[in-house]
Amino acid sequence: MPEGADSRQLKFRDPARARDLGRALTAAAEAMGRTVSLMHVCGSHEQAIARYGLRASFPRSLDVIMGPGCPVCITDTPEVDEGVALARQGVTIATYGDMVKVPGTVLSLGDAQAEGAKVEVVYSVTQAVELARATREPVVFFATGFETTAVATAAALLGGVPDNFSVLSAHKYIPPVMEIVAEMPGSKVEGFLAAGHAATITGWGVFEAFVERHKLPVVVAGFEPLDILAALVKLVELVRDRKPEVVNMFPRCVTREGNRNAQEQLFKVFRPAGGRWRGIAHVPNGNLRLRDEWAHVDARRRFDIDLRPLWKFAPPALVQDCICGDIMAGIANPKQCKLFGKECVPDTPVGACMVSSEGTCKIWHLYGGVPDLSSSDAPQGEVRP
Amino acid sequence: MCLGVPGRVVSVEGLVATVDFWGVRRAVRLELVDEPVQAGDYVLNHVGFAIRRIPEEDIQGTLDLYESLLRGDGDLMAADVRAELEANPEQSPDA
Ligand code: SF4
Repeated sequence: MPEGADSRQLKFRDPARARDLGRALTAAAEAMGRTVSLMHVCGSHEQAIARYGLRASFPRSLDVIMGPGCPVCITDTPEVDEGVALARQGVTIATYGDMVKVPGTVLSLGDAQAEGAKVEVVYSVTQAVELARATREPVVFFATGFETTAVATAAALLGGVPDNFSVLSAHKYIPPVMEIVAEMPGSKVEGFLAAGHAATITGWGVFEAFVERHKLPVVVAGFEPLDILAALVKLVELVRDRKPEVVNMFPRCVTREGNRNAQEQLFKVFRPAGGRWRGIAHVPNGNLRLRDEWAHVDARRRFDIDLRPLWKFAPPALVQDCICGDIMAGIANPKQCKLFGKECVPDTPVGACMVSSEGTCKIWHLYGGVPDLSSSDAPQGEVRP
Repeated sequence: MCLGVPGRVVSVEGLVATVDFWGVRRAVRLELVDEPVQAGDYVLNHVGFAIRRIPEEDIQGTLDLYESLLRGDGDLMAADVRAELEANPEQSPDA
């Protein structure tokens, strides 16, 4: 850890181990003699990195980029529009809290709610099903999130739901988007940190084919700052030794084959389909859509979702300046967006990355961007207890 | 934050377990868990579903970690764990 790093920012349960890991990371990165770019694909990783001020302890030659790991941020605008259109058609929309503020083409679900539409925030799909049980009105669960939350949606459907319950699936599947990022022209990413909870479901074996194809190492990491530091050390070593391998640094939760039972339920209900991830690209097999057997609970097939009334308005002009996509692809950071912290703040977000507690722009805004303590012109990190 | 908070299974009724998270009892659904679960086991919870039965040898380490998180110890992540526990509201076991 460089001298002068603010000790207030680095409160670990085990400071000695954190220091050792920090030193090991610096030594490994500096021995490379050039800049190394690594990407993680998980909002929780970014939160831990920002909250603990880990970036300030990273060596300068190490660039740790947050990829498309925030489920809210990559929910595409037309998907939000579908939810908004349904809500305005009189259907009750139940969804996870962060989704309410995410801008659609013209309106967010929150805007629709302000106009009188019924939008309910739920913590779990189980609550959405209970909501439907308590009424005769149609209830649509606007289902967002990666495989970790998609398995819960699948289990709820397999467990039986009332007739007035349907699902508008915007679920996404992570492994295919790693391929897209790896193949992006201009991508400097030399290794990936994979999210421990998604891998709890899929198993680390799911990354073997990726590693084989792209010759890039993948390390599965937990969410403790020490977990992340240790995983980064391992990843830099794998890059240095040109060893494209999968290494599991989160064995207390992740096995090679993952949770078979959950995988089975996931793919009994959903099938992978191509689709856009907001700001990133069309991702082949990156979306999870309901299978034909589940047409009777599929909001897209049950309702005539009419998006036209939403298109009468011109989209807000500011949106054109949002560079969320470039940020998630690892080619820009929030400070390069001219709206960051000015027109775009958490209370009035322009882009989805400023909405979610897992969005890069929101996290950087909360914690003061890269808390680079050695340079005076950098924004000062705000320390939150 | 998806920490996947661990808890101790108090009782199991069909596919719903009552799980104790440091004194707070919650109904957790068992459809997704990787192995059969019984009273006394520890499970990881994600949005109201158990996604993993924690193997015997990993229980102590995992618990120590969360113990220290919840005690606070000035740790910055304690708030996340508490928020995750609070975000999971009481669910009726017949859900
Ligand atoms: S600061 Fe706002 S407008 Fe700029 S990239 Fe981030 S979310 Fe988009």
